[in-house]
Amino acid sequence: MADRRREVEDATAAVDARIDSDAREGLTGTAAEDVYEATRDPDDVTLGPDHRPWSAQPRWRRDFPIDWPEDGFVARRDFVKFLVLTSFAFVAGQAWIAAKSILRRRRAETPPSATKIASLSALPRGSATTFRYPAEEPCLLVHDGDGQLYAYSQSCTHLSCAVVPELERGLLRCPCHEGYFDLRSGRNVAGPPPRPLPRIKLEVRGDDIFAVGVETRTV
Amino acid sequence: MPMKRHFTRQQRMTVVNGVLCFVVILVILQLWLLTATMNAWLGGDETVVWPALGASAVCLLLNLGLLRYIF
Repeated sequence: MADRRREVEDATAAVDARIDSDAREGLTGTAAEDVYEATRDPDDVTLGPDHRPWSAQPRWRRDFPIDWPEDGFVARRDFVKFLVLTSFAFVAGQAWIAAKSILRRRRAETPPSATKIASLSALPRGSATTFRYPAEEPCLLVHDGDGQLYAYSQSCTHLSCAVVPELERGLLRCPCHEGYFDLRSGRNVAGPPPRPLPRIKLEVRGDDIFAVGVETRTV
Repeated sequence: MPMKRHFTRQQRMTVVNGVLCFVVILVILQLWLLTATMNAWLGGDETVVWPALGASAVCLLLNLGLLRYIF
C-alpha cells in the first residue's frame, strides 16, 4: 500500500520548471533545446594520443591543443585560399596585358616616322650594322651576299639578348641560349626563342636606307 | 552555401580535397592562358587578349565560388 502511494506521489511530484513549460513538446519527453547540453559530434571531440581524458593530459598539451585531423582540414582550406589569390593574380596579369594592348593600339594610330638608318654605299654586301628604331630599340641591318637588305629587332624573343648575324650560314644567332633565327624571314628555327624577330620595314631612296615601320609576328 | 555541420570530419576532408583538385586545375588553366596570351600579344596578335581575360575571370569566379563553399 505504501509503495503504491509513493508511486502516485512520484508521478504527481513537481516537474522541473525548465521542462514543464510551454516549450515542452507534449509527453514525449522532449524538452526545449537549451535545457540540456547538446551532445557533441564524436568527430569534433579531440582526444589526446593516449586517449585519456583531456583533464588528465599534461599542462603543455592543454595549453597547446593541436588537433591533427582538424589541422589537415584547415591547412587544405588555407591552401585553396592561397590558390584563389594566385588565380586573382593571373586575372590581374591578363588585365595588364589588355591595358597595354589598348595603349599599343593608340600608339599604332601614330606610326613611327621614317628614319634614315644607313647608306647603301657604306654597307657593302656581306656586312651588317646596328641602328636604333623606332625610339631606342636596338636593331640589326644586314646586307647579304645576294644584295638583299634585311632588318630585324636585335632583341632575342626569348630573353632579349642581342642576336648576332652569321651570314655564311644564313642565320641570326643568340649566343645566350643558342637560339637561331632564319636570316631571310626572321623566323625562329632552333633553340628556345618562342617567336620570330620583329621585322623592320625598309625603304631605299637613292643611296639612303630608311626604316619605315615595325612588324611583329607570332609565327 | 556554407558547409553544413552534419558532415563528419572525414566527409569534410573529402569535400575539401575535391574542391582543392578543381581549384588546382583551374589555376593551371589560368597559367596556361596567361603564357599563351603573353606570347600572342608580344607577337603582335591582339585578338586573343580580351577573350583570354574573360576566360580567366570566369575561372576566378569559379574559384571564389568553390572557396566560399568550404568556408
